[in-house]
Amino acid sequence: MPPAWSAGKRRDYLPKSELGALIDVLQKEGYTIVGPTVVDGVVSLRPVRSLEDLARGLQDEQGPGTYRTREADPDLYFQHVVGPDGPKRYLFPPTQTLFGLHVEGRRFVVDAGPPEPPKLAFLGVRPCELAAMAVQDRVFGASDPRTFRCESNPYYSQVREAALVIAVNCTRPGGNCFCASMGTGPVASEGFDLAMTELRAGFVVEVGSPRGAELVRKLKVREPTAAELELAELRRAQAAAGMGKKLDTSGLPELLEAAVEHPHWDDVGKRCLGCGNCTMVCPTCSCGSILDSTDLPARTATRTRQWESCFTHQFTYTTSGPVRTTIRARYRHWLRHKLSTWLAQYGTMGCVGCGRCVTWCPVGIDLTQEVAAIRGEAAAKHHDAGHPAGRTAGTARLDGGRLAGSGNFPGAKGVRA
Amino acid sequence: MSTISLSRPEPICGSESMFPVPGQIINVQEENFNTRTFIMRIEDDATRESYRWIPGQFNMIYVPGVGEAAISISGDPQERGVIHHTIRVVGSVTRAIARLGAGGVVGLRGPFGRGWPLETLDGGDVVLVAGGIGLAPLRPVVYWLLRNRGRFRRVMLLYGCRTPEDRLYGKELDEWTKQEAIDVLVTVDNATSGWVGPVGVVTKLLQRIKVNAAQTTVMVCGPRMLNRAAAWSFLQLHVPPDRVYLSLERNMHCGFGQCGHCQYGAKFVCKDGPVFAFDEIADIFAKEEV
Repeated sequence: MPPAWSAGKRRDYLPKSELGALIDVLQKEGYTIVGPTVVDGVVSLRPVRSLEDLARGLQDEQGPGTYRTREADPDLYFQHVVGPDGPKRYLFPPTQTLFGLHVEGRRFVVDAGPPEPPKLAFLGVRPCELAAMAVQDRVFGASDPRTFRCESNPYYSQVREAALVIAVNCTRPGGNCFCASMGTGPVASEGFDLAMTELRAGFVVEVGSPRGAELVRKLKVREPTAAELELAELRRAQAAAGMGKKLDTSGLPELLEAAVEHPHWDDVGKRCLGCGNCTMVCPTCSCGSILDSTDLPARTATRTRQWESCFTHQFTYTTSGPVRTTIRARYRHWLRHKLSTWLAQYGTMGCVGCGRCVTWCPVGIDLTQEVAAIRGEAAAKHHDAGHPAGRTAGTARLDGGRLAGSGNFPGAKGVRA
Repeated sequence: MSTISLSRPEPICGSESMFPVPGQIINVQEENFNTRTFIMRIEDDATRESYRWIPGQFNMIYVPGVGEAAISISGDPQERGVIHHTIRVVGSVTRAIARLGAGGVVGLRGPFGRGWPLETLDGGDVVLVAGGIGLAPLRPVVYWLLRNRGRFRRVMLLYGCRTPEDRLYGKELDEWTKQEAIDVLVTVDNATSGWVGPVGVVTKLLQRIKVNAAQTTVMVCGPRMLNRAAAWSFLQLHVPPDRVYLSLERNMHCGFGQCGHCQYGAKFVCKDGPVFAFDEIADIFAKEEV
């Protein structure tokens, strides 16, 4: 069950007619608003200029290896859950110039520096996303006072500190959601300036920071009625009860720490294509590669950081070859990192239960089931009996687990080698 | 669980953490057919003066337009103003460093990582085990041990390489042998004419020495198989797991635990290592592809 409204915490009611005013106020204050919009049929976080840009009246259906959107109640703005990307894209950009330079004598002359950190307002951030941002704060933020200047990521910290975060509590969970298992949702408890719960005609708004309080003062809000508060709470309770997936986290870090040689890695290693999709959509994945490029006469060099996936061969390359040559080893590294070694490194889990890795896996590998299999539970249990989305045509086509298992996928072995 | 408390010096960088400072290669020494020692000097006076490092640490060396590589520091920790890097020329970055040669300008960031447990050696025996290029991060330890020789009992260096011609720091090895301050044992895989020393893997040298397990600290750096064989050999001789130290190699892009490449189980080799006590990694050591 989600926590009830804490007593004495200020709540306001923002009518839907005032949502446009919220956008106006933010724009006047110089924020670039980033919110859920539809790009190529997928809900994506992109700059939003007006209310019309928001993914209103849209629901998503997510299952292992499947994602569909369909039209739904036109009065509701946030019936979808998370798409493939999140605020990570803006705090830790997929590609970022670190610097450009050329050598003059024995000096480096700087031709380009990192981009100016933007002033962003994230609108519609889900509780699992807030949790993911808090996880990445521990990776990139200079929260540890012993961090040396030459061991920091100032861009991340600057964008993060300047950003305004308007969260939206989930009222309709997705088919692959398991935030309730991870303790990160569906209700936001911290890490936001404002948190909104959507009702048909308006939002119940909770203030989470002085900045949020200041923003609310500029909007035409009113006291919520008892009925509105009750309804908001009911919606959130329904979301918590309707999670598409579950993950038993009890003793999980210890279990995976010990499961270095578990036979199940062979099984999942045969299904996994090693494509790295899961790492590209994961809101906590923070690995990067730093690459050099030059202009044509090779006079100036540009150094760029890109997202990198631990599923590539080059990720562990040393002169004696890659360390993790098999997909089995790479999947094992990824899963153990998310659910076990992350805890040792940063004191939190590396998984927030958003379910993206399940949705965007081309063969529908479901980490909750992989964990269940390692626990020794019947892995096949909800393979066929899943949620409604699991029965769409797309899933059947994309369910590589079934294909590989039936021997109709001769490529699997070749890919692995 | 053992810890290395030798305080870690603050690394240097340019205006941002990923921005290197320029340094000039002022001298190059040929070590063997594909390995050279590059002596570098940080250009900026203030940065050069402030630069400190401890044995076992590494720098990220950058060649503009090519890329960056993590290379251990192989010089004398007492010597200020210059930085020694012994580099095997095998990849794009190391080839580019070799091509630049003396007079060339490279970028430097560092030093990164945790070094050898030098402050814990007093009154005991010290055994250094090196294979091939693995002698490079241990040479600073030899210098330091020689300088503080009175504080330890026996000091031994076991070094293995492919042929006698492949030995790094040949002259110094001879000098150290002559000085008799430390026992130097060198073995080769393939003896060429004139070699009268031992032939075979490094761990075979253990037959020639007496290890007093209760008072010995072992420091190992070599290829993966040597690390395994050496660690297990000394553990078998009952050297405690927290007194067997290994320096590991991994792919690295940042040097301070953010890029993710160097992860080894829960460890970041760049910042938790590269030097680990065996007991810190015992649960994953020698497990394939971790």
